[in-house]
Amino acid sequence: MNPNQQILFDVPGPRAQRRIRIATVLGALAVLGGLAWAVHRFASYGELAADRWQPFTTWPIWRYLLDALWNTLLAAAATAVLSAALGLLLALGRLSVHRPVRWLAGAYVEVFRTVPALLLIYVTLFALPRYGLNFPLFWKLVVPLVVSNSAAFAEIFRAGIKALDRGQTEAGLAVGLRRGQVMRLVVLPQALLQLTPSLVSQLVGLLKDTSLGFVVSYTELLYSGQVLASYTNLLIQTFLVVALIYLVVNASLSKFARVLQARNGRFTGRGRSARPDPAVLTPGGNR
Amino acid sequence: MDALTAHLDELGHGLVTTVQLTVVTTLGALLLGVVVATLRVCPVPLLRSVGMVYVEVLQNLPLLALLVLFVFALPTIGITFPLFTSAAIVIAAYEGAYLAEAIRAGINTVGVGQAEAARAIGLTFSQSLRYVILPQGLRAVIQPMGNICIALLMNTSLAAAVGVVELTQAANNVNLVEAQPIAVFTGAGLAYMLLALVIGRLTGTLERRLAIVR
Repeated sequence: MNPNQQILFDVPGPRAQRRIRIATVLGALAVLGGLAWAVHRFASYGELAADRWQPFTTWPIWRYLLDALWNTLLAAAATAVLSAALGLLLALGRLSVHRPVRWLAGAYVEVFRTVPALLLIYVTLFALPRYGLNFPLFWKLVVPLVVSNSAAFAEIFRAGIKALDRGQTEAGLAVGLRRGQVMRLVVLPQALLQLTPSLVSQLVGLLKDTSLGFVVSYTELLYSGQVLASYTNLLIQTFLVVALIYLVVNASLSKFARVLQARNGRFTGRGRSARPDPAVLTPGGNR
Repeated sequence: MDALTAHLDELGHGLVTTVQLTVVTTLGALLLGVVVATLRVCPVPLLRSVGMVYVEVLQNLPLLALLVLFVFALPTIGITFPLFTSAAIVIAAYEGAYLAEAIRAGINTVGVGQAEAARAIGLTFSQSLRYVILPQGLRAVIQPMGNICIALLMNTSLAAAVGVVELTQAANNVNLVEAQPIAVFTGAGLAYMLLALVIGRLTGTLERRLAIVR
């Protein structure tokens, strides 16, 4: 646990320990009471009966749900790749030396950061087909998500590039690299490494966004859950299982982001703390 | 443009619903955020775990999945609320997890000396939190909390997917009648941008008034 969280209290003495024990018992009672109430609720409406949960132990149902999960991951992957690429371009545009480019990229980011993804989905569903732009179902979900997520990615990239020490850019220019070269060879490799944890947490948000497939009727996890529920009439069971799948996938991704954060963005190795201090290697320090 | 003016009533209703939903859920989420953040830093290990589980679960589930679960599935075990209330409860619970994390980050920015001084003059945990830590911690994260409120505003549009006629749904309904998608959706988008701008300005002002310059 983060030692900072412990600043609010000392090592408990005998009285504090008694109070902590009382609070633990009360808290446990509240949690158990809540669970008991939920179980009672389920039982009294007959939703706890074995035959209402038994289907979720059979392979056909799980194959259906795993197929749906695959579609969710597919949409998330397509959205991630495209919006990361577009986001990087936009971030570079916002940092460009040309004013019109800067202005255009800035306007794009500011607009699509504050327009809900659902509104964009309605636009692709109901507006674009009138102008002859009728995407296949998959892209009806992915295109609006890319439009809105690329703005978020652009902000992450821009923050990362700006957070990098200016000396890096200046040194690059001083040894005679052109601006593009400095960006490609010096700034981006370092900034991207620092940003990996934020990018992975953005992936969690993006994966959650694919649940909007529910509106598009693209058969990702949530929409498939809806189809399954209306077919089997096991409403609450299906949606609880679907929620559980989302939870497992996203919690793993979040955990991965935290591990990366602890390792300073490196996928392998033991992180920067285990390496020689960069300040020692570069005389005059890194700053 | 005619499509907009002819349906000002409907769009206005949608806008009002969006604003209501945003205000109500922001207040709920703030309250919940403070409570959960308190749980996460309190001396009782069990309550700390409860706070952690809450944040983990709510941050890792899609809001739409929660809305669908709450609105369509809970009635099968006899739990029903009016649609607007359901949406407000779910969105407040969801954004509460994000606000809790922001507030916890704020608590962590308060110097150790402050907490130690509070204890040294004999304040209990809840007193030191109430009079010393939270007033400083909350002021340190006004900007991040404002960003969460803007995300909340955008997320209220998901209530449309379970049947609340807020701005997004109203725009969609008007478009289905008028078939003038460009005007209608641009209008709705502008309204969202305006609301986000208002929230941004508000948090900017609050930040200037309240932030502690060290």
